[in-house]
Amino acid sequence: MIAGLAFYAFAAVLIASAVMVVTSRNPVHSVLFLILGFFNAAALFLLAGAEFLAMILVIVYVGAVAVLFLFVVMMLDIDFAQLRQGFQRYAPVGAVIGGILLLELLFVFGAWQSSGQAGVLRLNPVAGDVQNTVAIGRVLYTEYVFLFQAAGFILLVAMIGAIVLTHRDRARSKRQDITAQVTRRTQLDMASVPVGASIGQLGILRPLPPEEPKPKAVAHGHQGHDDHGHGGHGHGGHH
Amino acid sequence: MDGFLNSPIGILSLTVAQALALLVPLLIGVAYMTWAERKIMAAMQLRKGPNVVGPFGLLQPFADAGKMLMKETIVPTGASRVLFIMAPMLTFILAMIAWAVIPVNEGWAIADINVGILYLFAISSLGVYGIIIAGWASNSKYAFLGALRSAAQMVSYEVSMGFVIVTVLLCVGSLNLTEIVLAQKGLWFAIPLFPMFIIFFISTLAETNRAPFDLPEGESELVAGFFVEYSAMTFALFFLGEYANMILMSSLTTILFLGGWLPPFDVAPLNWVPGPVWFILKVCFCLFVFVWVRATFPRYRYDQLMRLGWKVFLPISLVWLVLTAAALKIFGWLPA
Repeated sequence: MIAGLAFYAFAAVLIASAVMVVTSRNPVHSVLFLILGFFNAAALFLLAGAEFLAMILVIVYVGAVAVLFLFVVMMLDIDFAQLRQGFQRYAPVGAVIGGILLLELLFVFGAWQSSGQAGVLRLNPVAGDVQNTVAIGRVLYTEYVFLFQAAGFILLVAMIGAIVLTHRDRARSKRQDITAQVTRRTQLDMASVPVGASIGQLGILRPLPPEEPKPKAVAHGHQGHDDHGHGGHGHGGHH
Repeated sequence: MDGFLNSPIGILSLTVAQALALLVPLLIGVAYMTWAERKIMAAMQLRKGPNVVGPFGLLQPFADAGKMLMKETIVPTGASRVLFIMAPMLTFILAMIAWAVIPVNEGWAIADINVGILYLFAISSLGVYGIIIAGWASNSKYAFLGALRSAAQMVSYEVSMGFVIVTVLLCVGSLNLTEIVLAQKGLWFAIPLFPMFIIFFISTLAETNRAPFDLPEGESELVAGFFVEYSAMTFALFFLGEYANMILMSSLTTILFLGGWLPPFDVAPLNWVPGPVWFILKVCFCLFVFVWVRATFPRYRYDQLMRLGWKVFLPISLVWLVLTAAALKIFGWLPA
């Protein structure tokens, strides 16, 4: 009885928070309602006796994915009124996509064949007193090992793709080379400094700044000078 | 009596009594943790620390609590009121509910669930919400920067913490906290998994936003970080939550690596001491190291913090996980 009541309570809050995700005016509130939704879904898993899935749902979705959602959404500076404007226009498209998904789900559910004993097993998804963590491990790493690995590879590719697309090695960014710092020569040098010489000139404490590529600069100067001279001459001649 | 205890009301009142029996000592422990931290830091810096209120300043925590209660709760203009009030409550509640699964002695956990360690990991990863929501709801730049730092930091260090926990689980073969402790009879995991122990401890420092990873608060950069705008009890709730989380993380370290309530050696004078005493002693040791670290190390720079998490801890814990799995498989030590 209590389990039944709990189910309806959690399911009702889940649906209510799902509605609020879509309808709330502030995107940050949407994400927070999404998190509430995740929690209620986890509670439903718990009621179904799937404690491992419930905890993984909380750890992965609430603890990591939603944190990053929130992280991004918080930093957005959106004009909410402008965001709402297109709602009327896009609503039919959204409704069509939702309808297609619903139809697909109905087809799948209609074609679902379950054996006669399924009703008994449904309330007790794991045979005997095997914990469902153990039970999932037993099938995941034996029968479905290749699918499992494939899923892992897809995620890896997505991750590398995201890095490749967004990573730019800016030449001006400063990095700390820990190895260079740790292995740097720490002993001090004694040097006799002539009167009036600066530390920079002697290069004791730090290397001198790299010299300008002199010949090129000189050539540039000459060229510019010549041009200027010619122009000036021409100008003068014209007059 | 038996009939009453098995009725729903009996079970409920028993659970409430158990929760109170755990939470009241915990909150007193939190209060005295603040006192102990100030005393220890004072001793390390050749000061006296709190010594005015009561003998040795022992009543200082209660004076502080009284002061907090008397002050006015200020909600800044432009703050998101509901979330602003909710954030400290969330931090505090999360720090409390995690204790439901901690076994202080064999069979003393309020809920001895199958997936205890996952539950703890989930709760500790939720801790970041209190901070993010506080930072966002305050409508203040410092608070917001603190929240952003905290979100990135806690997510980064959770990854290596997860790998460390998986390494321990491989050696135990169960997610139940009691079984994790019982698997350490004879040899605490701190010895064979020593590098993991160190990584885990440092990650818990980052996870609880303690020095040298206290960038979300960073008083010299962000005033007080995510809780700049908080005052009175809302501030006190953050404070209590942070210290309760420290004690929680110390308990987790104790359970995973220091053998929980087990004595160091199962010999005559040592195993006369009751289990909870060992547990509390080990937790106190971890807490002392928390304070010791705070008094010793300067704060990390943000890029160094990220480097440590992603480029040092993550590869080391991943490699050590693979090595542990291989060793268990090759030598046939895998738990049944």
